[in-house]
Amino acid sequence: MAAARFIRARLIRAAEAPPIVGPAAIEVFARRHRLRPYEALPWLTALGAYVLFPGYLPLAAQTLATILFALSADLVLGYAGIVTLGQAAFFGTGAYTAGILAANDWGEPITGLFAAAVTAAVIGFLSGLLILRSSGLTLLMQTLVVAALLREAANKASAITGGDDGLQGMQVWPIFGHFEFGLFGRTGFFYCLAVLFLCWLIVRRLVHSPFGRSLTGIRENVARMHAIGAPVFWRRLTVYTISAGLAGISGALIAQTTSFVGLDSLGLERSGTVLIMLIIGGVGRLYGAFIGVPLYMIAQDRFSSIDPVYWYFWIGLLMVLLVTFARGGVLGLVDRFWPAGRRL
Amino acid sequence: MSSGPAALETRGLTKSFGALTVANMIDFRLEQGARHALIGPNGAGKTSFVNLVTGALSPSGGHILFGGADITTLPQAVRVKRGLVRTFQVTQLFRGLSLLENVTLAVCERRGIGGDLRRPAGDHREAIDEAYALLEKMGLAKEALRPVATLAYGRQRLTEVTVALGLAPKVLLLDEPAAGVPTGETGRIVEAIEALSPEIALLIIEHDMDLVFRLARRITVLVQGRVLVEGPPAKIAADPQVRRVYLGERAAR
Ligand SMILES: Nc1ncnc2c1ncn2[C@@H]1O[C@H](COP(=O)(O)OP(=O)(O)O)[C@@H](O)[C@H]1O
Ligand SMILES: [Mg+2]
Repeated sequence: MAAARFIRARLIRAAEAPPIVGPAAIEVFARRHRLRPYEALPWLTALGAYVLFPGYLPLAAQTLATILFALSADLVLGYAGIVTLGQAAFFGTGAYTAGILAANDWGEPITGLFAAAVTAAVIGFLSGLLILRSSGLTLLMQTLVVAALLREAANKASAITGGDDGLQGMQVWPIFGHFEFGLFGRTGFFYCLAVLFLCWLIVRRLVHSPFGRSLTGIRENVARMHAIGAPVFWRRLTVYTISAGLAGISGALIAQTTSFVGLDSLGLERSGTVLIMLIIGGVGRLYGAFIGVPLYMIAQDRFSSIDPVYWYFWIGLLMVLLVTFARGGVLGLVDRFWPAGRRL
Repeated sequence: MSSGPAALETRGLTKSFGALTVANMIDFRLEQGARHALIGPNGAGKTSFVNLVTGALSPSGGHILFGGADITTLPQAVRVKRGLVRTFQVTQLFRGLSLLENVTLAVCERRGIGGDLRRPAGDHREAIDEAYALLEKMGLAKEALRPVATLAYGRQRLTEVTVALGLAPKVLLLDEPAAGVPTGETGRIVEAIEALSPEIALLIIEHDMDLVFRLARRITVLVQGRVLVEGPPAKIAADPQVRRVYLGERAAR
């Protein structure tokens, strides 16, 4: 009740405020991409976790890499409005690329990441060329098929991929020839953190560019986007390719930090889970990934220790509640309490 | 009439959906700087005509010429870049985005910076200034930072026209610009249309006959995908066929 009154008061105050006009309006609009203080939060949290939970560094590294994966999915789903159930295709491609290199005497991690990004981006570009003319349910099915085909290919090519057993014998070299991937996962943690940070810089730049804004336009109204003369297909293909590359990097990170790649890296479950994570955090918001992924992982950890058999049911229930009462995920809730914080 | 190339011309333009022919051998000329109305009963094929001309639909036959050049097979985006711009009968805007963003997106596309990946959108000040100036001109400056969805429908219709103007049209096709707006509130939209630069060739689809006769210097009547008759307003008003199939039908309601 108090909360409701609080929201009402805020909304009324926002509505009563005189409109911003003239140069001031242009100024507000043109400065939307400026960094805000709260954007330091994810990074402070990560460093805080490093200090407070030194025993959980391998898990933290996984979380960071998964945030990158969710970020890549958000570009496609949240910004360009492409509903995909095949994002794991690119994650797995990246994981196998880095993994196969490391299992075949090229364990240098940074070049491995680049190779993973390029391979995944190429797969993204080629499959996008084929499927992105479709939309809606057709497109959804096609993204699913691409991932399923790749998974089957990886299964068949067991001589290189290890098939069902997974890829064995990865030897990842120290970063810069110096920092070993140790048992305690400190190197892996900072490696993932640094890569996520760089990728976040890129994605942030991207979504605030005219290109990024035009993606939002495509999500909001494709017909209108065509009518203002935007080459919609090429925009979509471009973001699909970039997103695939980022997903590839995230797959490679997990492969390199765990020294293992399995078929599940290309699986439907991974594609579906990342959507759930995004919905929990908030879709199309850049920070939805940073909130949704840790929350999901914590929820999974809690629920599965309370109820090892039916934990997935509880996750499902949480989803239903979120979709019913908190459209827009956690960030959607934040908007309601703090409307002024929302970027226009 | 004019001897130079028409701003927009169709020759034998035809489109069928199965057995239904929505455009039947339409020969049409929109002169430079025209104020031309396209009228006809519901389902006559007026919106389909706009869709065909702008490339949202591909014709089953015939040709479309823009400034004398054949554009029949050009993609929609290319036609827009050349200055062939339309508005929608049912508002098509980015509802969750602010008015300023709606217009800025259009201006950016026209300026060829819509695909820029590197600079922040906010750094393209010229585009934002231009979009804001357009909103000001249309009397929408106060709402510039509000999401479109929070606006009254009449204001949304006005935004629809503003977005079109952001594309610097040479030919502007307005598909029932006042559709769905309460009669008392259409004034602002009519004023905006009357204030359009005389260099823009205008084709307006409209049901309100007062509006048509106020704005148009030439009228084409479309019935069942065919041009029934075309001419200056006085001729159309006096045409017995038109009175029967169109004006009469409406007057009878
Ligand atoms: N994509 C489509 N597929 C099938 N029929 C259509 C399509 N678009 C329009 N039509 C039909 O074409 C006819 C003309 O429609 P329209 O051009 O919207 O008429 P108007 O704008 O003159 O009212 C209508 O009977 C409509 O149902
Ligand atoms: Mg119509």
